[in-house]
Order: sequence, then C-alpha cells, then structure tokens
Amino acid sequence: MSINRRHFLASAAAATGALMLPRAVMAADTIKLGSVLDVSGIFDAYGKPMDMALRLAVSQINADGGLLGKQVEVVGYDTQSDMALYSQYAQQLVRQDKVDVVHGGILSASREAIRQTLHKNKTLYFYNVLYEGGVCDRNIFINGVTPAQQAEALVPYAMGKSGKKVYIVAADYNYGQITARWLQKFVADNGGETVGVDFFPLDVSDFGSTIAKIQTAGPDLVIAPLVGGAHLSFFRQWAAAGMKDRIALASTTLGVGNEHKVLTAEEGNGIMVAYNYSQELETPENKAFKKAWVAAGGDAGGMHELAVSNYHGVLTWAEGVRLAGSLERDAIIDALETGISITGPGGKVTVDPKTHHAVLDVHLMEFENQGMRVVETLPQRQPIDTQAVCDLVANPDDNTQYEIQI
Amino acid sequence: MDLVFVIIVEMLYAVASLVLISAGLAIVFGMMKVINLAHGEFMMMGGYVTITAVTLGANIFLAMLVIAPVVVGLIGLVVERLVIRHLYGRLVDTMLATWGLSLFFIGLVTMIFGNTTTGISTPISGFTVGNYQVNGYNFFIILVAIVLLGLMFAVLKGTRLGLIARGAMQLPDMAAALGYSPERIYMATFFCGSALSGLAGAILAPLVGLVPTSGGAYIAKAFITVIAGGPSLIAGLMASSGLFGFISQIFTFAVSPVMGEVALLVAAVVLLRLLPQGVTGKFFKGRV
Repeated sequence: MSINRRHFLASAAAATGALMLPRAVMAADTIKLGSVLDVSGIFDAYGKPMDMALRLAVSQINADGGLLGKQVEVVGYDTQSDMALYSQYAQQLVRQDKVDVVHGGILSASREAIRQTLHKNKTLYFYNVLYEGGVCDRNIFINGVTPAQQAEALVPYAMGKSGKKVYIVAADYNYGQITARWLQKFVADNGGETVGVDFFPLDVSDFGSTIAKIQTAGPDLVIAPLVGGAHLSFFRQWAAAGMKDRIALASTTLGVGNEHKVLTAEEGNGIMVAYNYSQELETPENKAFKKAWVAAGGDAGGMHELAVSNYHGVLTWAEGVRLAGSLERDAIIDALETGISITGPGGKVTVDPKTHHAVLDVHLMEFENQGMRVVETLPQRQPIDTQAVCDLVANPDDNTQYEIQI
Repeated sequence: MDLVFVIIVEMLYAVASLVLISAGLAIVFGMMKVINLAHGEFMMMGGYVTITAVTLGANIFLAMLVIAPVVVGLIGLVVERLVIRHLYGRLVDTMLATWGLSLFFIGLVTMIFGNTTTGISTPISGFTVGNYQVNGYNFFIILVAIVLLGLMFAVLKGTRLGLIARGAMQLPDMAAALGYSPERIYMATFFCGSALSGLAGAILAPLVGLVPTSGGAYIAKAFITVIAGGPSLIAGLMASSGLFGFISQIFTFAVSPVMGEVALLVAAVVLLRLLPQGVTGKFFKGRV
C-alpha cells in the first residue's frame, strides 16, 4: 500500500478522532476546571508556582472524593506571557471545552482580556492575584489583597517604626499610580507627611540620582511599590549606597514573586512588607501545605503569595460548589455570596458578598535572612477600597472596573 | 556643597555607564559598520557569566574584569565565524541576523538560568559625604570607563595593531594588498567588541536585577550614543556620553526620572537634526 497525501490525511483524521473519543466520553462525568496562566515567558516566575498550586488543590479535592461525587479535571492552557493568547484560550475554554469554571489571569491586562468573554458566556471566573482593586462584576471572584488592604496595615506599622516623613517611589502604570494615592492617603490619616513621590517606567534600572534626591528630602521612611526585575535594582542600589541603616524601607510588591530570595540577606534585612502569605507562617494549614507541595514535586522554597492565592481560589470555589450542591453558575454565586470562608495556608479567607473580593488576614512582615518573618497578623481585613465603589447586592448587573477616587 | 558633590558624582557615573554600555557597539558598528542588534544580549550574558562565576567561588573583580569579557568575547567569535562574516557590507541583512541572534540568546539563557531575576550585591560599600550617602561602586564604574577609554585610545593610536585595524576598516583592499588579511582583522575586532559588551554587562550586573530580557534596556541608549557620537570612535563616544549623561541627570534631579529619559531622547533627536553625521561629523574631525 502506498501512502499518498489523501490517504495520510484520512487516516490521521481517523486516528485523531479515535484518540479524542474516550476523552469525550469520560468528560461527561467529570467537573471541568479551566485554567489560563503564563507558565512560560517573562511572567513564568509568577505563573509556574500558580499552576502548581492549582493542580495541587485539585488533586487534594479529588483525593477526598471529588465534588458532588465527581472528579475534577483541569483543562489548562499556557498563555506564554502573551496577552493575545488570553482571549483566544478563554474562547476555547468556553466554546470548545465547555468548562464549569475558569481560574487564572496574572496581570491586570490579562484579566481584562478575558473577563468580558466569561461574563457574556456566563462562565464563573476566579482571579486569584493581588491587584489594584475596583473590579465590580457579579461573574468574577477575586481573592488577592488590594492596595487599601495592604496600605492600611503597612503604613501605620512602618511609620510607627520610623517616623512621620514618607517618600514614595512607585512603578509608573496603573498599579503603582493607584497604590501611591492610597499610600498618601494613609500617611496623611496617620498624621504623617508625604515629602515626595516619584514614578518610574518599568525598564528604569538606574536609581542613583533618585537615591540622592531622596536624601535631600530627608524622609524617615521610603515606601516602594516598584514592579519587576529592573526595579529590583532600586533595593540593590539602596543597600549599595549604605542607605539601609539610615532610612527605613517598606514595599507593597517586593517578595510577591519571592524577590527576597534574590536579594542577599544584607540587602534585604529589615525591609517591611504586608501580604496575605509568608512561607514562614507557623500555622498547621501552612505546614500541611508546604509538605503537600514538596510531596507533589514542587521546589521547597518555591511557593509565593500568588501561588497561595490561586490555591485559596480553588478551595473557595470548591466550597461554593459543595454548598450549592450544583454546578449551575447562579447557584454557586448565590452560595458564595452567603459569605463563606475557607482556611488556607495564608489564613482565613472570606468572600465579601458586596464586592466579590476577599476579607482576609494581612500579615505584617520583615525580611530576615532571605525569609519573611511575620511580625504581626491583622485578622480579617476588609477590601475597603473596592467596597467604597462597588455593591453587587444592590446592583447585580454592574460590570465595570472603577477608578477609586480618594 | 555636599549636594553639589553628590550630583557631580551621579553625573560622572551616568556618563561613565553610557561609555561602558556603548563602547562595544561603537567598535562593532563604528569600525565595522555591522549593526549588532544582539549587543544588549551580549551585555546580558556578561552579567550572567559574572554571577555564575561568583557563585562558583571566583573573586568578583576577576569575574567582572577577566572571565566575563573573555567568555562573551569567545561567544562573539563563534557568532562572527558562523553568521556575521557572511554578511559584511550587507547592513540590513546583519540587522535581521543579529536580531534573530538576540532572540536566540534570550531563549538560551532562559533555558539555562530560568526566567527569574538574579543578581549579586556590589563589592564596594557606600560611604558618607556630609549628610549624604554615596554608592561607592559608582567610583569603580567611573574608573573603569576612564581606563577603558585610555586603553582604546592607546591601542588604536599608539600601536601598530591599532593602525592596521584602522587601515583595514578604511580600505580593506589596500590592507590586503599590503599583506594583512582583512578577514582576520574583522574577526579580531568583533571579538574585542563582544568582549567589551561582556565587560559592560559584567560591571553593571551588581547594580541591577538581571533577567534574560535585560539586554533590551541597554540597546536603545547604546545606539543613540554611538550614532550621535559620529564617525570618530573615542572622541564621539566621549562627546555624546558626556552630553546625554549630563542632560539626563540634570532633568532627573530637577524634575523626575521620567523627564530625565525624555530629555535624553529629545536631546538626541535635536542633535541628529542639527548634526546628521553626529557630533564628530562636524567637530573633532579626523580624530580617533
């Protein structure tokens, strides 16, 4: 038998069909959880551990007998740090895979690329990342800390340890701009004074003159919502100039992608941060999580804030499904809106029915020998920034990202 | 008074880092007319070589000043043999080829080191000037830039090797007729250019968080500096680095870092409008 093109195509198509058949049959009695994350490309430092955490949560749910008597199946796509792929894969998850829920998205741009697709197609969406706040949409649940949750805790603590005069150096895009406004508000609320604010494009890596400028202003404290690899240089140059023992330093972003493990102990020690998660949390949930993470083949020090948020997101969704007793989107939303809680590695996470954001524990921490030592835990902080503009109980049809006026 | 001193140091540092960033490109582009779009990636690899060598236990100065330039120079040599030498005199083709190389190097380094930020801390501690703290490493960078310019000048102007190199760049046929192989001279020059890029990346590594895509941040500044500098290698490098470093730092101090970058670009546009051949196309003509 000779192989010609037509024959080859026909047999290839038949083989593909045969391969797909058992999957299609099997899929009927599993619950499909869609995931879109940047597992490769420039954001993979965030995305890889997030993907790992999601799969860990699902395998734990399945080991406990699944949900509603069914196993959960992950349908995951790697968006390769390319925003265009988000909308493509979201369409695929909704139309072709017909998933029951979607978890994913890392940057705010990626969230906005898929939010409307999922909203229109009535597919429940969980965005499990710390972000700038303000999204108001009944189809989405968000469990990352927002700037107000962080700043409200971090500012008084950091000012208490240093002094009243604060200088802010922030990344020059919406996250940095919005966070800087919140920081200024809380500095003023705590009786302090903001003596300077500087914004930096994401590719600026030379901070020498800025460090001199900060010294002219003579603040007691510098707060740095800086983002990405280039901005890491600020912390390095700050230490190199010997500023570390002269002016206190706090950040709202450093450590989210485990940056404290990149800085040396001398460069990092003493920097103050506030997050929902630290590997050093001494709770039974965190110990169990870290053990399961390593057992599942993860790097022992690899879990971070975003990975844990993603883990929390899956647990929250599963809890909603159990309570609803159904896979129907509206039933799950109603169940989640009763204000259910889960307790994960980062502490108790409660769904806020008004905003679909999370009420969660914020831990005040200091960098110490490349770890984040928990100084104080502020339990159950409300997402006050988004609460100021969003009320999904009163306006269930709302579908906007508000820019919060302070 | 202290502040004036600090500002002067920062300015000299800005100028010195522009010199470092651009030196390798100035040789490859200025002398050989090869547009090396992978210049930033050569720098990035210099940084990674340094970090790897230091984590393996090498002395940091040895790693920065010797190991990184040699390793990156050798990578440059391989690139020259495999790719560049087939494309001499074809400006657009070299652009395309080196752009492909830059993507290749980013991918390769990502595969080896992963996409996470790495770095080492500076080997020189900060010190106090009156009420100010200054990064001691700045002085090291300024020193290296001065020595580098001095060496380049000495080699190009003072040695027979430099004379041959300059001759071969101007009239390759004549150099060949006199018994020198232009091919080998090009090869050596490309090696030197790559090594200088590696050196720059190595020396700047302790100041930044390094990722495989870091090279992109340098390439624009390097090209602007080299093109604004014009035909003379060293005089052009000094003139344009001095001008741009000065302008960007003035605006950074007076307004904001963003305005510093904007001022640098505006200055470059105005300068090239007034002096399309670069600074040394009009002044310091005929210097090295």
